[in-house]
Amino acid sequence: MYNMKYDVVVVGGGPAGLAAAVSAKEEGAEKVLIIERDNALGGILQQCIHPGFGLTRFKEELTGPEYYSRFTEKADALGVEYLLNSMVLEVNTEAKQVICTSGEYGMVCVTCGSIVLAMGCRERTRAGIVVPGTRPAGLYTAGSAQRLVNRQNIMVGKKVVILGSGDIGMIMARRMTLEGAEVVMVVELMDYLAGLTRNRVQCLDDFGIPLKLAHTITKIEGNERVTGVYVAPVDENKKPILEQEEFVPCDTVLFSVGLIPENELSKKASIAISPVTNGPIVNQHMQTSSEGVFACGNVVHVNDLVDNVSSESETAGKFAARYAMGNIPAETKTVTCKTGRNVRYICPHTISLSKEAETVDLYFRVLMPEMGAKLVAKCGDEVIAQKKEIKVNPGEMNHITVNTGKITGDLTVEVIKED
Amino acid sequence: MKTDVVVIGAGAVGCAIARELSKYQVNVTVVDKNEDVGGDASKSNSAIIHTGYDASPGTLESQLVVAANPMYDEIVKDLDVPFKRIGAILPAFTEEQFLQLPAIKEKAFKNHVYDVEYKSGAELLAMEPNLNPEVKGGLYIPRESIIDPFILVQAMAENANANGVEFLLGAKVTDIKTENGKIKSVVTEKGEIETKYVINSAGLYCDEIAAMVGKADYKVVARKGQFYILDKNTSCQVEHIVLPIPTKITKGKLMCPTIHGNMLVGPTADDQESKVDKSTTAEGLESIAKDVRNLVPGVNLRDTITQYCGLRPNRNPEGLHFDMYDDLAGYINLSGVRSTGLTLSVAMGKYVVQQMLMHGADFVLKENFIKERKGIIKFSEQPLEVQDALIRENPLYGNVVCRCETITEAEILQAIHRPLGAKSVDAVKRRVRAGMGRCQGGFCGPKVIEILARELKVSPEKINKHNPGSYMVTGRSRG
Repeated sequence: MYNMKYDVVVVGGGPAGLAAAVSAKEEGAEKVLIIERDNALGGILQQCIHPGFGLTRFKEELTGPEYYSRFTEKADALGVEYLLNSMVLEVNTEAKQVICTSGEYGMVCVTCGSIVLAMGCRERTRAGIVVPGTRPAGLYTAGSAQRLVNRQNIMVGKKVVILGSGDIGMIMARRMTLEGAEVVMVVELMDYLAGLTRNRVQCLDDFGIPLKLAHTITKIEGNERVTGVYVAPVDENKKPILEQEEFVPCDTVLFSVGLIPENELSKKASIAISPVTNGPIVNQHMQTSSEGVFACGNVVHVNDLVDNVSSESETAGKFAARYAMGNIPAETKTVTCKTGRNVRYICPHTISLSKEAETVDLYFRVLMPEMGAKLVAKCGDEVIAQKKEIKVNPGEMNHITVNTGKITGDLTVEVIKED
Repeated sequence: MKTDVVVIGAGAVGCAIARELSKYQVNVTVVDKNEDVGGDASKSNSAIIHTGYDASPGTLESQLVVAANPMYDEIVKDLDVPFKRIGAILPAFTEEQFLQLPAIKEKAFKNHVYDVEYKSGAELLAMEPNLNPEVKGGLYIPRESIIDPFILVQAMAENANANGVEFLLGAKVTDIKTENGKIKSVVTEKGEIETKYVINSAGLYCDEIAAMVGKADYKVVARKGQFYILDKNTSCQVEHIVLPIPTKITKGKLMCPTIHGNMLVGPTADDQESKVDKSTTAEGLESIAKDVRNLVPGVNLRDTITQYCGLRPNRNPEGLHFDMYDDLAGYINLSGVRSTGLTLSVAMGKYVVQQMLMHGADFVLKENFIKERKGIIKFSEQPLEVQDALIRENPLYGNVVCRCETITEAEILQAIHRPLGAKSVDAVKRRVRAGMGRCQGGFCGPKVIEILARELKVSPEKINKHNPGSYMVTGRSRG
């Protein structure tokens, strides 16, 4: 086995891992290593050739590759090292060791000062939402299709139905149309959009692609290749109304039905996982339940904008570097962030208080869409931060900033309906 | 083409017969309509090697299943097939069920399955902590076992092939010609094969093959069975095959681990006309969910990674049949090979060949029969030192293509290039499990298409999921 030694090891070279590695280096960590399973850095952004990235962070509209290039260039300039085509098989949180494969070195054991987990997420499949029917060719998750079309230049089909109005699904509706395929419809179980409104406008409305809210696919047909799907409206309990079922011929079905943080490594390493986000429970420094192990990006919770991923990952990288250098402020108390009215989850899950006061961005998602909302963070009855939003919806992340100096105990975030 | 024996059907039974015949100096050709071996009932079942405890005593099915079970200890060693004797339990939750246990044990006795034992409710709960705590007692059937059904069929086929058996795949049989009460030839989509013997082990389609020689005095009725496969990480697991007490109508739905550590839940049992409709249904999947909770209340079906459906080739009139005919020399008909077919395949291979020998076949044993077959080394199951050595020998072991199951490019290349190798995405999946994990090929699927196209030197649109027509992609993008 080949042995290596680094200050900070980052598992995953997507946008989260890149931002964490760059910020660890900037914070002063001497040797920083990214371990990436793909043959290039950039993660899923490599296949996101559409614009729309970086509006918050860079105040300009970049494509996925342009966005991550800003980070790879910085990483290269700073001397961040990386292993490509290298899959991490084990993380030992106690010994701070990471075991990975490498075609070049054989099995590699990297010993380090701190670890950043940035493995991203995977797509929920057809099985996860139980769509009955046959199992022919032509069923793809939207992201797989996106990889085939954008990275491998291979078309997956000619007549497409998309299930789920997640962002990747809508982006792929446009992409497939531009590539000459007919996108028959986008079907969404909920009575509201799953992804960003701007994607509905730019990817569906602009191309005349029908969006069927409160509908679902009830059955898939075809033995060799998909020949079509049955689509039906659903009642208020999400049960299909079979009397109104109609057959929609197609040769391809794309599933855009949610993302699942990919935490098999974290679970194997006994890191505490939140049942709501399916990601590690982290504090405001993105430190997990295992000391010196940090996590950031979609492995923690599924983000809507990569800009948010970058900033939260910078925090992870910064504190991973500080941990490796023995430079984390002593904790005086830990408080929990609790979900109040119309809040599904909050990231971070806990806040570690120390003598130094700091500002913390609390990212959260709502349970249901609402117009005229006030976001409130409070300790007991005392409001420590608040902000107004014209509307909130589950597809878009909200955030509110608090100062830890004002925190007196467990903190609750809630959305109040304003008239 | 000319041969001595044509075996129709490259499922478990056909491949077992072919392997048994390959011990003799006789030319054998296996033909199948599918592009891969083990393409129908042999690939979608519960992957259990039964003991035959609950068969109908005295039937051929009982004899073969009971005889087959002990054979697996040796065959899985010789052929390098993943197999585990985990045992089954049959818990009773109601007084009525409890009272049925003696009759079930007596039936096992009549089937010469003598090692079935009573267990108390407490003992069963100790064996299986996730069992419904209402359990009042039950039976333990120690030799019920689990296997990798794909590898079993591939291994028998590969070993038969190594011993000279020809495989003609993607070649549907369209006719069987006879002459003067004897078999003359088998006509397939890929040409006509002159032969002395024809063994019909066509499973679901054995009645259609039998009709070609006027011997279809029965019909095959497809009995649909739907299953769930759960993630290896699912919180509520079992370590044994947990069987329900059968009712008059159905054998019921079970829960058990698969040989690779997933949980399997099912099956339904519904007869249908179609032999191709392998669709899961909302009602079927709901009925499994409802029934299995009686056995294991904590089962978490939200951890499902796939649902599938298989068709058991049931016979009407029922029963496993082996038939030879005075008026048609050289023709052997197997029918009613149903849910026990996977288990009994290895015994059926021996049974068929012995019957042929007793009915005038003059097959002479080979001296150089190769008994063993080695499988593809599973990188993920090796200790670190071995993994290290594998990568140093072949760097492609360092390239993990399927992240969920940790399957490397080196393994995928072996799946493609070994004899009777994989030509489709599903064939790769069934050999090395790439795409069998929780993302269901979401990440590795595009790479597997690329690797298959590269290795088979065809364009990606020629790569199928399984059979012709199941094309994965439609061509180049505009770029």
